Amino acid sequence: MNNFNLNSAKRKKNERIFKYLCQLFTWMSLLILLVLIYHVSIQGLHYLNLDFLNNYPSRFPDKAGIKSALWGSTWLISLVFILSVPIGVASAIYLEEYEKKGRLARLIEINIANLAGVPSIVYGILGLTIFVRFFALDRSLIAGALTMSLLVLPVIIIAAREALRAVPQSIRHGAYALGATQWQTIYHHVLPASLPGILTGVILAMSRAIGETAPLIMIGALTYVAFIPESVMDPFSTLPIQIFNWASRPQAAFEEVAAAGIIVLLLVLLTMNATAVLIRNYAQRKYRW
Amino acid sequence: MVVNNPVLKIHNLNIRYGDSLAVKNCSVEIEKNKVTAIIGPSGCGKSTFLRTLNRMNDFIDSFSLDGQILFDGVDIYDRQSDPVDIRRRIGMVFQKPNPFPKTIYKNITWGPHINGYKGNFDNLVEGSLKGAALWDEVKDRLNESALSLSGGQQQRLCIARCIAMQPEVILMDEPASALDPKSTAHIEELITKLRKDYTIVIVTHNMQQAARVSDYTLFLYEGELIEYGITKNIFTKPDNQQTEDYITGRFG
Repeated sequence: MNNFNLNSAKRKKNERIFKYLCQLFTWMSLLILLVLIYHVSIQGLHYLNLDFLNNYPSRFPDKAGIKSALWGSTWLISLVFILSVPIGVASAIYLEEYEKKGRLARLIEINIANLAGVPSIVYGILGLTIFVRFFALDRSLIAGALTMSLLVLPVIIIAAREALRAVPQSIRHGAYALGATQWQTIYHHVLPASLPGILTGVILAMSRAIGETAPLIMIGALTYVAFIPESVMDPFSTLPIQIFNWASRPQAAFEEVAAAGIIVLLLVLLTMNATAVLIRNYAQRKYRW
Repeated sequence: MVVNNPVLKIHNLNIRYGDSLAVKNCSVEIEKNKVTAIIGPSGCGKSTFLRTLNRMNDFIDSFSLDGQILFDGVDIYDRQSDPVDIRRRIGMVFQKPNPFPKTIYKNITWGPHINGYKGNFDNLVEGSLKGAALWDEVKDRLNESALSLSGGQQQRLCIARCIAMQPEVILMDEPASALDPKSTAHIEELITKLRKDYTIVIVTHNMQQAARVSDYTLFLYEGELIEYGITKNIFTKPDNQQTEDYITGRFG
């Protein structure tokens, strides 16, 4: 016992300091978020009413509304979802379940990880070159959705691969041992079990897609749209672009309109995430081992 | 050793993981409707050998083999052989119970369902669960999650799931090693009962278990087949000194 210098008083003090430090930082980030929400609410709440949701943008702050941007964002996010989730999940399944692990697999893995870190404006340039110009899709919804899908694909692929990897091998082996093909094993056991993890990735990806502005401005999404897009070939605006447009106007009143827009954007985001979290929790309850 | 009615014939089998040789030049015949136990110390290649018999090692990238494994006269590693079909006919029970996170009922019916079973599923579930001596314990809760069962029950469910496919051979990889003594006794009783209808190959590190349940015993040491014979002989008067040393507990 004499060979130990326990020094318990000092160690306990360090323990406490570290704990409080972590606590402090946690509360700090929460506090900043609360201040932000408070500030935005004070500014924007009195502009927020049904008219605001139902009006098109206008040069008069009192008449300005967010209808076209809200519809634009809804269209965009739906298209991005339809385009990116099947492709992302399929890629993840291929990379994780079918591909032989080797040098090529590692190369692809590194590249996808890198793509997830590429600045969004670069995707904007890519979208402008390929979709807007080369495929002549012009400043349409589909051009925006394709560009945004490229942007979020790496996020979905990486998250889905993690989720697939977390499914115990023993489940796969149990299925194979009953004479199941690989696809039957994946479809009936691996995919349902990894669904919660995949959904987490999809939530992250969709949140990013609905908030991104730069690539859409790059491909020429409009800042003033007085109609609702009716097909994927129509021009469009989105919530963050509309907010950016209002916030950069000289009149003080538009700053408050922008704040109202931010509230709408936050609400849309929260609803989306809450739905996904609910689905995820439901799926999680079914699969526990 | 020559058996009367072999269902699996293994000739000069070498199994490799990358460059390391896990099983060396093994030749064995497995008799139909008997229990064959594979014993040997940890890392001697027992599980590797067993998993090779229904191509469960295909999923390991570094795995390779030469030699022949004839099942019904057909080499299961031949290009023409379909691993999915082989695994349907040669079932497997694993070391750790691995029921699907679904209901007890669906655990039994899934295998037959994906293989196009046309019979009555209710009867199949009842028959399989009775065959695995689990029916009385679960007949009132077939729609509960299989994960709500105890470890021993889960393992019997895995056996029931396996026999629902009516395989010709059942491979068992230390099926009782994760279970308590009472559940182990249950499983052993079940194995002696199943030998009537199935050929069973069981890997075990428990020599008493091998002596209790098997007709034939195969002793592997460092990837080599040391001795293979009738269980009674192996455990009373083995031909080989190494076998005797191992079963008397002098090493391993």
